[in-house]
Amino acid sequence: MHTARSSAAPRRRFAAVAAPLLAAALLATAACGDGGKNTPAAGGKVDLTIGTFGEFGYKALYDEYMKANPNVKITERITKTEDHHKNLAAHLATNTGAADIESIEEGWVGQFSSQPGKFYNWMDYGGAEIKAQWPEWKWRQGSAATGEVIGLGTDVGGMAMCYRTDEFAAAGLPTNRDEVSKLWPTWEDFITTGQKFEDAVKAGKVKNAHFMDGPAVMYRSILGQQSVGIYDGDKVVVETNPGVKKAWDLTIDAMNKGLSAKIAAWSNDWNAGFAKGTFATLACPSWMMAYIQSQAKDSSGKWDIAAVPGGGGNWGGSFLTLPKQGKHPQEAAALAKWLTAPEQQAKVFRSVGNFPSTVTLYQDPVIKDFKNPFFSNAPVGEIFSKSVTSMVPQYMGPKSGDINTAVINGLTRVEQGKQTPDQSWAQVLKDIKAIM
Amino acid sequence: MKNILYRLDLKGSPYLYIAPFFVLFGLFGLFPLVYTAWVSLHDWQLISDTHTFIGLQNYRDLFADDSFWNALRNTGQIWVLSTVPQLIAAIFLAHVLNQRLRAATFWRITALLPNMTSVAAVALIFGQIFGRDYGLVNFVLGLFGAGHIDWQAGTASSQVAISVMIIWRWTGYNSLIYLAAMQAVPKDLYDASALDGATGLQQLTRITIPAIRPTIILTVILSTIGGLQVLAEPLLFGGASPTGGSDRQFQTLSLYLYEVAFSRFDFGYASTAAWAMFGVIVIAAIVNYFFVSRLRRS
Repeated sequence: MHTARSSAAPRRRFAAVAAPLLAAALLATAACGDGGKNTPAAGGKVDLTIGTFGEFGYKALYDEYMKANPNVKITERITKTEDHHKNLAAHLATNTGAADIESIEEGWVGQFSSQPGKFYNWMDYGGAEIKAQWPEWKWRQGSAATGEVIGLGTDVGGMAMCYRTDEFAAAGLPTNRDEVSKLWPTWEDFITTGQKFEDAVKAGKVKNAHFMDGPAVMYRSILGQQSVGIYDGDKVVVETNPGVKKAWDLTIDAMNKGLSAKIAAWSNDWNAGFAKGTFATLACPSWMMAYIQSQAKDSSGKWDIAAVPGGGGNWGGSFLTLPKQGKHPQEAAALAKWLTAPEQQAKVFRSVGNFPSTVTLYQDPVIKDFKNPFFSNAPVGEIFSKSVTSMVPQYMGPKSGDINTAVINGLTRVEQGKQTPDQSWAQVLKDIKAIM
Repeated sequence: MKNILYRLDLKGSPYLYIAPFFVLFGLFGLFPLVYTAWVSLHDWQLISDTHTFIGLQNYRDLFADDSFWNALRNTGQIWVLSTVPQLIAAIFLAHVLNQRLRAATFWRITALLPNMTSVAAVALIFGQIFGRDYGLVNFVLGLFGAGHIDWQAGTASSQVAISVMIIWRWTGYNSLIYLAAMQAVPKDLYDASALDGATGLQQLTRITIPAIRPTIILTVILSTIGGLQVLAEPLLFGGASPTGGSDRQFQTLSLYLYEVAFSRFDFGYASTAAWAMFGVIVIAAIVNYFFVSRLRRS
């Protein structure tokens, strides 16, 4: 449920060749349109469907819920991340085929929250009483610019800085995670540290490595820390907002100073880079830990995790929504509220590792004492909790994803030497106008 | 009464016999076509309920849209880069397969294997082969002392890489079509030319190619249609980014359509792009038609 739509870098990794099939899918949907509607079965039973993607870790919870509520029958439909969101859009457009509960990933939530009329408003279903469970920013992400709340938070990503201890040691930098965190309270300090690292590379102390992977993840991390991002309310403010330009300028500065390995996130070279140590740092949300482990199985113990520069941050995480097509909003709301309640989030974390979005859980030993042996036993529960609680709320608009792609393309053009930073920024603004 | 039934059968039944085609065509061909045209006249966001009629505004925007012309140009370039080498290679391959070979069927099936491979798998593997840091092509270039090429970054290099995928996938397919045509060429022509001392190459250029010209025209038309629809290769080569590179350097028409429809959810504009694509295909078909009829006359 995490990897999903990273507004950094190609978001459509799993889209593959799904597009041509979508037309067919739409037709199929029209043909068997009532797949998502609940028809109360005999004995007054309520059939609830829930649409998820990736791994939400809800399997065991359904059984538990059905045991406690014998009048409810739950069916889960799991689809690939990309397809799930595109299908959901089609189902909402055709007003048929959506499940009673539909999950939405952070990268897409802006697109859907721009049409709050398609969903039941959580404020009408007891949202106000449970609002305090979530950090303010998570609640805001699930809300429309006009105030309706369409999504309850499931998990979050948090943000930290993953780094290679072996390469830091070779470069003469500290390797202890607390000392490393102290190296970069701000992104400017991060760049200064990077220059020291690159000096060591030039001196031959570290071989075949750069300080960071490429521009996308760094840009995405800095942007996420600004109080105003792509959108101010429902207006796109990239051109006038110093926050976006700050993220752009810092990333350009890092590239100009030669810190970047010039690798696009999610590319083959990126995947290979984890194992070969091509880059010494990578800003990483909690779900990235599993990704790094799968790409660099042999480098256990070489990675560690420190705090991210510039304070908190988040990347990824999902929401549960109730499409208005659903015939049993009361029952669906009860189930979704139960699934996102703290006890259930703790269970999900224990079984599949999705980082909870419930603030109170961060004091719970389950999270607080959680260490990851692959990352030199870093207390990742504590690190990610800290970043989540100190994160500033930022509104995600309907075009956030596409606009971020345009900005990251602009950074990539500079990196590939196709344009100067100024030329590229001018083209970014032009591209954004075309998207609007 | 019987007379009426008889006449009804005579006049009506033929329509029933041909009805399945027209019903299916109407449902899956004509209706989507007309509906797309209708959608293209609106400001039509996929999940929004309000669809404002805006007339031809989408078309005016599209013709002023640099990204559209860029995609059209890329599509044409990739088509030329992939079709010309592919058809030439296919003719030679078919010529070889047409010789007396041991296990001829085996070789013919082998020629078709790349075409049976899933296009997603092909694109993913070629994406690795053309990787900048750890790709096979750059590794081989490195052995000869040539520098690393960032295949994705450049316009020419990225389009060459995509064309190679298409060539790899379709050469065998076309060569089998040529092979079938070649086997219909009378054997005595070859025997006679052999008596006159013609070489294998002379036989190919003087006898085989003129004889299978209609088939060559067919494959050109088929590859024109295919070339305008290239989607999966550039999409996956760019790591599933719908923009086709940082500067849209390898974004094809289909990929642009995909970006507008399924990334921006702007169905009105996407429908406009779809109709523009339809127009391009019609123009290509007309050009093909004149080309073919001139060839026939000559």
